[in-house]
Amino acid sequence: MSTVELLGKQEYKYGFVTDIESDVIPRGLTEDTIRLIVAKKNEPEWMLEFRLKAYRHWLTMTEPKHWPNISYPEINYQDVIYYSAPKRKATKASLDEVDPELLRTFEKLGIPLTEQKQLAGVAVDAVFDSVSVATTYKEKLKKHGVIFCSFTEAIREYPDLVRKYLGSVVPTNDNFFAALNSAVFSDGSFCFIPRGVRCPMELSTYFRINNSESGQFERTLIIAEEGAYVSYLEGCTAPKFDKNQLHAAVVELVALDDAQIKYSTVQNWYAGDEKGVGGIYNFVTKRGKCAGRNSKISWTQVETGSAITWKYPSCILQGDNSIGEFYSVALTNHAQQADTGTKMIHLGKNTRSTIISKGIAAGKSNNSYRGLVKVMPKAENSRNYTQCDSMLIGSNSGANTFPYIEVMNNTSSVEHEASTSKISEEQLFYLQQRGISQEDAVSLIINGFCKDVFLQLPMEFAVEAQRLLGMKLEGSVG
Amino acid sequence: MLEIKDLHAGIDGNEILKGINLTVKKGEIHAIMGPNGSGKSTLAKVLAGHPAYQVTKGEILYEGKNLLAMAPDERAREGVFMAFQYPIEVPGVSNAQFLRLAYNEKRKHLGEEELDPLEFKDLLKERAKVVEMDASFMTRSVNEGFSGGEKKRNEILQMAVLEPKLAVLDETDSGLDIDALRIVAGGINQLHSPENAVILVTHYQRLLDYVVPQYVHVLANGRIAKEGGKELALELEQKGYDWLKTTATETSGATVRAS
Repeated sequence: MSTVELLGKQEYKYGFVTDIESDVIPRGLTEDTIRLIVAKKNEPEWMLEFRLKAYRHWLTMTEPKHWPNISYPEINYQDVIYYSAPKRKATKASLDEVDPELLRTFEKLGIPLTEQKQLAGVAVDAVFDSVSVATTYKEKLKKHGVIFCSFTEAIREYPDLVRKYLGSVVPTNDNFFAALNSAVFSDGSFCFIPRGVRCPMELSTYFRINNSESGQFERTLIIAEEGAYVSYLEGCTAPKFDKNQLHAAVVELVALDDAQIKYSTVQNWYAGDEKGVGGIYNFVTKRGKCAGRNSKISWTQVETGSAITWKYPSCILQGDNSIGEFYSVALTNHAQQADTGTKMIHLGKNTRSTIISKGIAAGKSNNSYRGLVKVMPKAENSRNYTQCDSMLIGSNSGANTFPYIEVMNNTSSVEHEASTSKISEEQLFYLQQRGISQEDAVSLIINGFCKDVFLQLPMEFAVEAQRLLGMKLEGSVG
Repeated sequence: MLEIKDLHAGIDGNEILKGINLTVKKGEIHAIMGPNGSGKSTLAKVLAGHPAYQVTKGEILYEGKNLLAMAPDERAREGVFMAFQYPIEVPGVSNAQFLRLAYNEKRKHLGEEELDPLEFKDLLKERAKVVEMDASFMTRSVNEGFSGGEKKRNEILQMAVLEPKLAVLDETDSGLDIDALRIVAGGINQLHSPENAVILVTHYQRLLDYVVPQYVHVLANGRIAKEGGKELALELEQKGYDWLKTTATETSGATVRAS
């Protein structure tokens, strides 16, 4: 009778559109488009060169369509709008100058930006379509020497730092989407934690796509100098549109000697409807470089949104004794497709990496883990531990694991564990027999399955993530 | 409290229960016995609302309400509890977390305030004494890595926390060594009161040495073949079930085969 099957009636509560006048450039991408973006943003010559170099390289590249386990119709890159900014120009000297409509939008998303209502303990950079509209706690952070601002401001105010690190982890020619991003990125967040400073609060960026025709191409650059520590959070949502929107971001992290960066994401882009109409195409390149000795970079991601997710937050373990971690929950429902995982590149001696990946596939969705562990000849005594677990809900979803392991010395060890399970009717019945509703039961089982990852999230985020998973699966069994 | 009338039920189109009649009143302990395949566990699962079983005929009234119209979780919140023969593992979910959720669901249902984790911890500590379980069980994942005996004790712990009005214990004695059996039976006795009722589903008589039923019903071929007091269980222990199998089948109802 009631086999676990998909009903899927969950409403996406962030699907509203903000009615705001925007400064939009014509669709399409040429060198002139890039010059126009540079002009709009008043960028220096070196930025134009950076972008053009990336663009020219991009023209020679092809979209990676053959190897990821995803399929989607041809993207017409000439049909995308590469820059869209709310018109009333906020110079952001003060929050009072931000368009109240934007403040209301972010408040509705649970991200109050105004002085009185700001989230305690978390500094937020709010990005709306192509631009950053507000950054909170900037002054307070500055007292500690921490720079946290929009990318536009960083290019203007801290050009030396930006020039030094931009593209140092993800080169402009790294891959098709990174090249595209390097050519047209319009804003994003910049964080710099100076030597010996433990960032006194969580830093976060909230990304919102509002325009139905524009893509979002943002850039995040986080630098932790010697002995510095920072925990950074990223959240994202978008309105419901029938059309697909392109999101191609690049995130670069640099950790010097003894520095630690903890990067957490709860991704909740609009995923399209039950039939797979609409939703965000999320093609993201995230990479951290443990440049210094004893440095550590941890990626924690909870991926619940997007029609397509193509994303491999990675670590280059260059410094001796450096540590890379990747904790991931990827949930797909309906017609969503995710091909996500990580790359751990061991270069330094005694480097260690841990990968914990939990994939949950419901509906007709397809969920793949793809991970590379590469231990180079000089990375002696390195270790990796990988655990990939998949859970299937219903009988129409799919889960795959594609591990790639290359070890080039004989003093290192690599472990890989994988499992696939299903929520069984017996498990649901057991919980229901104790008075727990079916939906709560599913949520409890899923949260138990993801526990190892949720433990890595900052507290508020963990609560949010648990709630989100429950919501996303509401009505997915019956 | 419970009235089962001419209950027919089965799985995948195979009829297993072929007309069960049973009445259970507050304060009573009933034992359902019978050979393998007689329908004992099916009866327990139908009472709890297992989705794989279909009721084809008959009715079940629980406190005057139509039990069959309620979802399994509704039945549980109304006070129907089933101890599973094979308790299920829930990885990553601690016993305490699970029990608190279940307990608060019931409280919400009764219009009472939910307990926070600290308040619940105290309650859990108290109730755990019933089955002599120590605190380490509470932080472990539900039934994961538990021995057979620990799983059964955990079932009785859940019963102690949820305080059901009607507890259906499905072969709770199976796979228990004598010490665990003593603990589990002791737990059941402590929890039984004039205000609730217990149905013990068991293959063997030995549990009934510890938990003494007023009524024993013997199932064979999906029907109640014989009913009596606690002495019937002893009789079964001596004679086995074979003689009942034959009396229960319609065609050979007249001949009693010596066993």
